[in-house]
Amino acid sequence: MWKWLHPYANPEVAYHFTNKVLPWLSALAAIFLSIGLVWALVFAPADYQQGHSFRIFYVHVPAASLSMGIYFAMAIAAFSSLVWQLKLADASAAAMAPVGAAFTAIALITGAAWGKPMWGTWWIWDARLTSELILLFLYLGVIALHNAFEDKNLAGKAAGILTLVGVVNIPIIKYSVDWWNTLHQGSTVSKLGKPSMSLDMLWPFIFSFIGFSLLVGVIICLRFRNEILARNSIRPWVRNLVQEHTTK
Amino acid sequence: MTLKAQSAQETEEVAAMNDSNKLVHSKLDNSTLENSALDTYSLESKTQPTLQLSYRHAFMLVLKRDLLIAMRHKDDIINPLLFFVIVITLFPLGIGPEAQTLSRIAPGIIWVAALLATLLSLDRLFKSDHLDGSLEQMLLSPHPIFLLVLAKIFAHWLITGLPLILIAPLLAVLLHLDENSYTALILTLLLGTPVLSLLGAVGVALTVGIKKGGVLLSLLVLPLYIPVLIFATSAIDTAALGLPYSGQLAIIAALFFGSLTLAPFAVGAALKVSTN
Amino acid sequence: MQFNSFSDFIDMGGYGFYVWLSFGATAVILTLLLISSKAGHQQIINQIAKRKQREDKLRQARALRKQQNEQQSDQQNKALNEVTE
Repeated sequence: MWKWLHPYANPEVAYHFTNKVLPWLSALAAIFLSIGLVWALVFAPADYQQGHSFRIFYVHVPAASLSMGIYFAMAIAAFSSLVWQLKLADASAAAMAPVGAAFTAIALITGAAWGKPMWGTWWIWDARLTSELILLFLYLGVIALHNAFEDKNLAGKAAGILTLVGVVNIPIIKYSVDWWNTLHQGSTVSKLGKPSMSLDMLWPFIFSFIGFSLLVGVIICLRFRNEILARNSIRPWVRNLVQEHTTK
Repeated sequence: MTLKAQSAQETEEVAAMNDSNKLVHSKLDNSTLENSALDTYSLESKTQPTLQLSYRHAFMLVLKRDLLIAMRHKDDIINPLLFFVIVITLFPLGIGPEAQTLSRIAPGIIWVAALLATLLSLDRLFKSDHLDGSLEQMLLSPHPIFLLVLAKIFAHWLITGLPLILIAPLLAVLLHLDENSYTALILTLLLGTPVLSLLGAVGVALTVGIKKGGVLLSLLVLPLYIPVLIFATSAIDTAALGLPYSGQLAIIAALFFGSLTLAPFAVGAALKVSTN
Repeated sequence: MQFNSFSDFIDMGGYGFYVWLSFGATAVILTLLLISSKAGHQQIINQIAKRKQREDKLRQARALRKQQNEQQSDQQNKALNEVTE
């Protein structure tokens, strides 16, 4: 059933496919992001409780969801690489890690900037923010481990193992942080749950979410290309490609 | 797992400072992609190996070399910093998120974490140089060891102390540090982290030849760090009360100048012992 | 349009600092990520090109040396032959 996917396990085919897909993905991302963000900033209504600061929601929530999603995608890639020996999966995991870390950072920063006017403090040790912070550490650990190796294949295997251990740990960490948080129920309760949204708030959210997802796709494709080239630098097709690029 | 070794050309530059004993290193850095950048890095003194370098030139050479190596191995900069952040995060998870408790112990947490992060990063100061022999080259050079050691410690501070100082205010926000204390935090870190690098260098110099010297290093160096810790946290606490803290700062400054002038001598002597 | 004027838009009902801090930080981080990914492509191509150049040079030098050795041994053989004739 999956036979049609098999050619794409070849690095050269994957590289050219990524190149073909990239312009379309970028165009779609640009369209959805611009519609979504302009709608969110200018046209969406202000929240009756939180006023215009609610607009931060339109970047904060997509970033937070994507940060988790990218980690799970990385875990699937790591699993494929370790179980089915797919070398390209290693490359894709290496491509995804910095993007995931960046989006986790965005989620934390926008969350803190939202928290200051809402709760009066830049940071609060509630379950969700703490879990997000720990996720950032997991990402940075994977990136650091990857960079510590000379040989990219070994690096991919090690980072893959770490990613899988991390993904198993994420529910455990979430559970324990939740439990920790209920023990220390502070004076403020998190008001940042998903509000029941009216349609005129839901649409800009959908557009910006899709826009950010597509942008994630674009950046991962760009980094994936680089990883393929770096890992296959002795192959003749790469040498020819480089020749073309340098004589242009 | 292969360790990233320093490139042979970098160690040759150090050898060029020395009139005699041009050691030829056959050990090359494994990552050939990195080496390509070295082709363009040339050294003036290589063309005239018998010319005596001025103190300033020698200092700058060693400083630039260490900074270049650190730039090549960015992990050396990022890992201790990450350790600093994670250790600070662990405290609220262990103690509870109550803002009052956290702000009371925040100065201590930040400073202890800074101590531990500096301790972790000290190993790279002399270890790789010792392993490929360039440390001995430096000790044999006609330039005073004081100078070369000072350059290496300055590079170490730029790589570990300075990022620590830059990121500490953000972490202080996590710990709900009192608003009045931020200036005191930055000032104590500014004056204190060089002392950590200087005193730490003494410890590393003593243990560089010893296998598994890591834990021993902590035992040697942490007692030396205690005065800095005490006065720094005292300064920050006093600032939180709104009182003047220039006295504590003056004492930390005295520790700084004292170690600046005396520690390099101790480091030189210790290195001579270690490279026996 | 939720705002009456551009300055209202910047002010965001008093929350301007926080909203623009968020959107600004997002823009900066994503821009840096994009630039680093694009620059990485060029960097890798340059590195591979340089490595190829170095390998070509090595190959040429090796071929040249082999040629010289062959020439030398040819000359030696000729000299020997002349002597024995």
